[in-house]
Amino acid sequence: MIHFEKFLLKNGLRVLVHRDASTPMAVLNVLYDVGARDENPEKTGFAHLFEHLMFGGSINISDFETPLQLAGGENNAFTTNDLTNYYIQLPAENLETAFWLESDRMLSLAFSEKSLGVQRKVVCEEFKEHYINKPYGDVWFKMRELAYTVHPYRWMTIGKELSHIEHVQLDDVKSFFYKHYRPVNAVLVVAGNVQPESVYQLAEKWFGSIPSGEKYVRQLPVEPNQTVARKLEVKADVPLDALYKCYHMGARLDKDYYTVDLLTEVLGGGDSSRLHETLVKEKKLFSHIESYHTGSTDAGLVVIEGKLIKGVHMDEADKAIEEELTKIKTEQITDKELVKVKNKTESAILFEDMSVMNRATNLAMYELLGDADMMNTELEKYQAVTTENILTKSQQVLDYNNSNTLYYYSNN
Amino acid sequence: MLNRKTSPKITDAVEFHLALPPYQKYILKNGVELYTIDLGTQDTLMLSWVFFAGNWYEEKNLVATTANYLLKNGTSGKNAFAINEHFEYYGAYLNRNCQNETAEITLHCLNKYVNELLPVVAEIITDSIFPAEELSIYKKNMQQRLQVNLKKNDFVAGRLIEAYLFGKSHPYGRYSSLEDYTFLQQEEVKDFYKKYYQNGRCIIFAAGKLPATLVKEMEYHFGSLPLYSSKNAADNIQHTITPAVEKKYKLTNDPNGVQGAIRIGRNFPNRHHPDFQKVQVLNNVFGGFFGSRLMTNIREGKGYTYGIYSYLLNQIQESALLISTEAGNEVCEATITEVYKEMHSLRKQPITDEELQTTRNFMIGTILGDLDGPFHVAGRWKSILLNNLDENYFYNGINTIKTITAKELHALANKYLHPEDFYELVVI
Repeated sequence: MIHFEKFLLKNGLRVLVHRDASTPMAVLNVLYDVGARDENPEKTGFAHLFEHLMFGGSINISDFETPLQLAGGENNAFTTNDLTNYYIQLPAENLETAFWLESDRMLSLAFSEKSLGVQRKVVCEEFKEHYINKPYGDVWFKMRELAYTVHPYRWMTIGKELSHIEHVQLDDVKSFFYKHYRPVNAVLVVAGNVQPESVYQLAEKWFGSIPSGEKYVRQLPVEPNQTVARKLEVKADVPLDALYKCYHMGARLDKDYYTVDLLTEVLGGGDSSRLHETLVKEKKLFSHIESYHTGSTDAGLVVIEGKLIKGVHMDEADKAIEEELTKIKTEQITDKELVKVKNKTESAILFEDMSVMNRATNLAMYELLGDADMMNTELEKYQAVTTENILTKSQQVLDYNNSNTLYYYSNN
Repeated sequence: MLNRKTSPKITDAVEFHLALPPYQKYILKNGVELYTIDLGTQDTLMLSWVFFAGNWYEEKNLVATTANYLLKNGTSGKNAFAINEHFEYYGAYLNRNCQNETAEITLHCLNKYVNELLPVVAEIITDSIFPAEELSIYKKNMQQRLQVNLKKNDFVAGRLIEAYLFGKSHPYGRYSSLEDYTFLQQEEVKDFYKKYYQNGRCIIFAAGKLPATLVKEMEYHFGSLPLYSSKNAADNIQHTITPAVEKKYKLTNDPNGVQGAIRIGRNFPNRHHPDFQKVQVLNNVFGGFFGSRLMTNIREGKGYTYGIYSYLLNQIQESALLISTEAGNEVCEATITEVYKEMHSLRKQPITDEELQTTRNFMIGTILGDLDGPFHVAGRWKSILLNNLDENYFYNGINTIKTITAKELHALANKYLHPEDFYELVVI
C-alpha cells in the first residue's frame, strides 16, 4: 500500500506527497502531460528535443546542473509517446533546491539559441546512436507506420527523421513551452523523507505564483479498427532474419488491459513461456522470441518479435507462431500458467516499488491517468483475471485480420 | 518577494554522516561464509551465491561463461523448462552472471516463497547435467547473438580496448569468436562445473527484510555441500598482464556507419593502491557524471555526442581508466582532441574551490542515494569483500571525498592524465 496526500494549488498544479522515512533521500518528480503523440506530423521528435532543452537554462538560473550537484543531487528525464517526466533525487535536507530549480523552469525557460543549436546536434547523435548505427535500429519506425494509419503513435518519440529535428526553430520551442509546460498540465510528486505540510508550503512558495496556463485538451485521431491483415517485407544489412508481429489492443484504461498484459506473459514473457519453449527449445526455429505490449495510454500494440535460426524460412517460422496463437485462441490456458503470470506480476510490482524514485514516478503517472490511488488497486485487478477472460481476449486481439507482420530479411 | 536568482541554503556534503550498515556473518557447517544484511521495509529478499568460477579459472575460452549460463538448463530430475517454470511460478528471478574472477547465481524473490526456491537452487549447484541438446541450442543461439553484436561498433570497440590494455590471453582482455563456440565440448563444461561449482569456493550474501528462519534454512540446504569459502593453494591462479605495444588504432567495422565508437584508456592500479580513491574524485571531475568536464565541453558545449563518460574498471587484479563515447564520423577526431585538451587543462591548473565543492557534494549525495535499501548495501559489501578490503575502505573513501585538496587532484592529473599513456581506438 502506497500512502500519499494530495493538494491542488490555485493555478491547477496537482501536488502529491509520499512519505518514506526509511530513506535519507527525497525525490521531486514533475510530469508534464505531453508526449510525442501531441506533435505536429511535420515536426516530429519535438517533445523529446524539448526535454533536452529543459536543461539549457531557465529564466533566472543559467545553469541547472551545478547548483543541483552542489546540493548533492542528480536528475534525469524521459519522454514517451504519451508524456514527459523529470525527476531529481537529492538528500532530503536539500529538498528546497529541487523546488527552486524545477519551479524556475516551469516559470519560463531562457530560450537560448545556443542551447537549441547544441541540443539539436546532441539529439541527432542520439538518433544515430540508437536508430541508425545499430542493426535492426529502424524496425519500430517501419512497424509503427504499418500498424497505425492515423494515430500519432505512427512515429517514434525520437522523431520520424533527422531533418525534423534539424529544422526546429526557437519560435517552435516557445509556443510548445507555453502550450504544454504549464501548472495546469503538470503533476508534481514529492517522495521520500519529507513532511506533507512542509512540502505543501514549499510547493505554494515556489510553484504557487506561476500562471496557470490553459488546460490542454487532447483531440487525437482515433485509430480505426483494423479489418485486413497487413504485411511488410524489408531487407537490411543485418546478420539474421527477424520477424515482428503487432496486434491492436485497447487503451491503458480499458478494463481488459490486465487480461492482455497477462496474455502476453503467458505467450512470451520469460523462459518458461509458450513461445520460448515451443519455438526456441522444441522446434528450434528461433534463437530468441518474446511477446509483450506497448502499454501506451491510447490503444496500444501486442508485440511478438523473434530472430530466426539461420537457414529457417520466414514462412515456416511465421506458420509456427500462428500455430501457437491458434492454440491459445482455442484452448484455455492452464490454471498453473495463470497463477504463474499473476505471481510474476505481483513480484514485479513489489520489486519496482522498492525504489522511492519509482514510487514517485508511478504516482505521477497514475495521477495523470486519472487517479494516483489506482496504484494500490492494480494487483486486485490482475488477480480477478480468469482463464476464460484470457481465451476470449486472445480471440479478439490475436485475430489474423488485426495483425501487422514485418519480415525483416538479412541481405547477407 | 521570492528570490529566484540564488539557491536556497543547502547542507554541504561534509555535514552528512554516511554509515555503511554492517553485515552479520555466519559460517555454515561446511565452512561456507554467509553474509546477511537485514534491512528494508518490503517483504522481498535477494540471495547471491558467489562462486570463484569466472573466466579467470577456465583453460579454454567460453567454458566459464557457458557453465554459468547453462546452470538453469537441466538437472537429473528437472529439465530446463521445469526449472524456469518453478522460479517463474513463484514470481522469482533467478539470474546468473559470469565475470572475470567470480560467477554468481542470484535469486530475487518474495519472502513468502523462499522455502520453495532454496531446494531448487541447491539442486542446480549439486546436480546440473548440461544436456548435450541444451548445449547445442546454446552454442547456435549465442553464435547468432554474437553475429548481431559484431555489427555494433560499440561492442567491437569495448572488446578491443580491453585486449590492448590487458593482453588477449589475459582473462580481462580475452574475447570470444564464433569458432570458440563451435569447439566448446560438453565434457569441458561438466568438468569445470564439478571443480568450481559442485566442489567450489563460494560465498553467500543475503539481503532484505530477512525471514527469521533464513539462516537455518540456508544451513539445511547448503551447509552440508562440499563447498568452501577460504582460499586454497589451488585457487592461486596467476595471469600476467601484457599490454599491447602499439597505442593508436582505427578500424572500419561498418562501412555504412554514421558514428564511430571511441575508447581511450590507460592501465591503472587496483583498489589497494593509495591513489585509487583519490583518482575516483579526479575521474568525477574529468568525466564521471553529467556535470563533468568531458560532458560539459563535448556534449553540452559542442554537441558532438549523446554522451561521454570516463570511469575506472571494476576489476580485482588491476583496473583501467577508460573514456568511452560514440560520436558522428565527421567529429571523431575533434572529439579525441577535446578529450586530450581536457586532460591538459586538469594538468595545467588546479580546479577551483567551487568545482571541488560541487564534486564533493555530488559524490556524497550519490553514495547516500546508493546506500538506500538492503540490496545496494549488500552490493557495496560484496565489492569490498571480494576485493579483500574491509569497511575502512568505505570510510576512507568518504574521507577522501570530503578532504582531498585541489592541489592533490592537480598532482594526480599530472601523474595519470598524459595522452601518451593512453590507448586510443576508433571503430567506424
